Amino acid sequence: MENNFENKLNELEKIVAKLENSEISLDEAIVLFEDGVRLSGDCRKILENAERKIKTLTECEGENND
Amino acid sequence: MTTLSVKQLNLFVKSLIEGDVRLNNVYVTGEISNFKNHYQSGHFYFTLKDNDAQIRCVMFRAYACRVPFIVCDGLKVVLRGRVSLYEKDGQYQFYAEEMHEQGLGDISLQFQQIKEKLEKEGLFLEENKRPIPAFPKRIAIITSDTGAAVQDILNITARRYPLCEIMLCPVAVQGENAVPSMLDALERVYSLSGCDIIIIGRGGGSIEDLWAFNSEALARKIYESPIPVISAVGHETDFTICDFVADLRAPTPSAAAELAVPDCAELLSKLNKYDTILKNGLLLKYNARKAKFDALVEKSILSQPLNITEARNEAVDRLFEKMLIAYKNIVTREKSRFISEVSKLDVLSPLKVLSRGYSIAEVNGKTVKSVNDINTGDEFKLRLSDGLVNCTADSKE
Repeated sequence: MENNFENKLNELEKIVAKLENSEISLDEAIVLFEDGVRLSGDCRKILENAERKIKTLTECEGENND
Repeated sequence: MTTLSVKQLNLFVKSLIEGDVRLNNVYVTGEISNFKNHYQSGHFYFTLKDNDAQIRCVMFRAYACRVPFIVCDGLKVVLRGRVSLYEKDGQYQFYAEEMHEQGLGDISLQFQQIKEKLEKEGLFLEENKRPIPAFPKRIAIITSDTGAAVQDILNITARRYPLCEIMLCPVAVQGENAVPSMLDALERVYSLSGCDIIIIGRGGGSIEDLWAFNSEALARKIYESPIPVISAVGHETDFTICDFVADLRAPTPSAAAELAVPDCAELLSKLNKYDTILKNGLLLKYNARKAKFDALVEKSILSQPLNITEARNEAVDRLFEKMLIAYKNIVTREKSRFISEVSKLDVLSPLKVLSRGYSIAEVNGKTVKSVNDINTGDEFKLRLSDGLVNCTADSKE
């Protein structure tokens, strides 16, 4: 599987679903939570990069129009 | 010596001719050329010729209307008539009264023979004919510099397409010198570079006048030409070997000029038309594309590109929140379980019982659970919530 944004988001969704399951142990929950925090951090980073790129591109276009 | 007037001289010669009975009724054979059927009078005027000589002939309407076949140039005939002299122009001529067909004449036969021979050799094949360049830079004109043909060609090319350079090669177009001078001119044009088209020809004339253009040598020379050749000999009805071998036959010298060069005025109007079509076409295309582009740009995803990430940001945030809540729930749940276990422990603790006023009797560190565990007089310790009391058993009940 590719390590892209969609896959990471899917992983995060799975972790949340597992955590919402009451059968889970605390030890498992800690491991899952750590993974979840790391994944959500990755996702945010990807989104930030995307936004920065979008802003750079739209600013360039503005300059060209002038 | 007596001096005569021209008329006196002519009339004298005429009387001599007419006085000869042999010349009053004579058969003569030859080939018709320069034939003219005078449309008003109905008289025939023509020349009767063979290879070495010719004589002018007249056939008045009264005789002409009895000729049972169509008379044309090249026809070999036998005439019966008389010889006389037309004193007005001093021309001696034959006054024909009967005409008999003898088949095609020698000249026409010769023409047919050359034509068939060259045709068999493939000199007239369509596939060997080269296209005439659409925009010639230089045209060589091989014709007589005194005839009307050269003037027609020069006028027309100058009017239609002044961009084209004309190289004039004056030649003899009839007589003994015609073929050698035309061969020479062709050779000179071939050795020059820069000519795009050759026009070779002359104005109208009799079949004899045009004869040089039926030369086999000339035909072969034209066939060798590295440059496309337009043949322009005589009138529309005249056909010569030169016409067949050339890359293009023009009916007249004027037509040759028109075939050789495009018309600038026509080109300009065509250009203007194309220009308009192009502009309109471009404008239409541009407008259509522009509208499509504008519609695309109008779409929110391009006008507000951060929409791409916003929804995802929200999804990540929401998942994170969910995860946090779920995790907290687990932690809380585990914590409360822990607390309840601890409180259970607390309930079971003996200290808790003592705190309510109960005490425990112990002998040698062992809890006394039954009266049998202790004898009267034994010492024992009583454990209270805050310390020990030393006691002695007085009695049992």
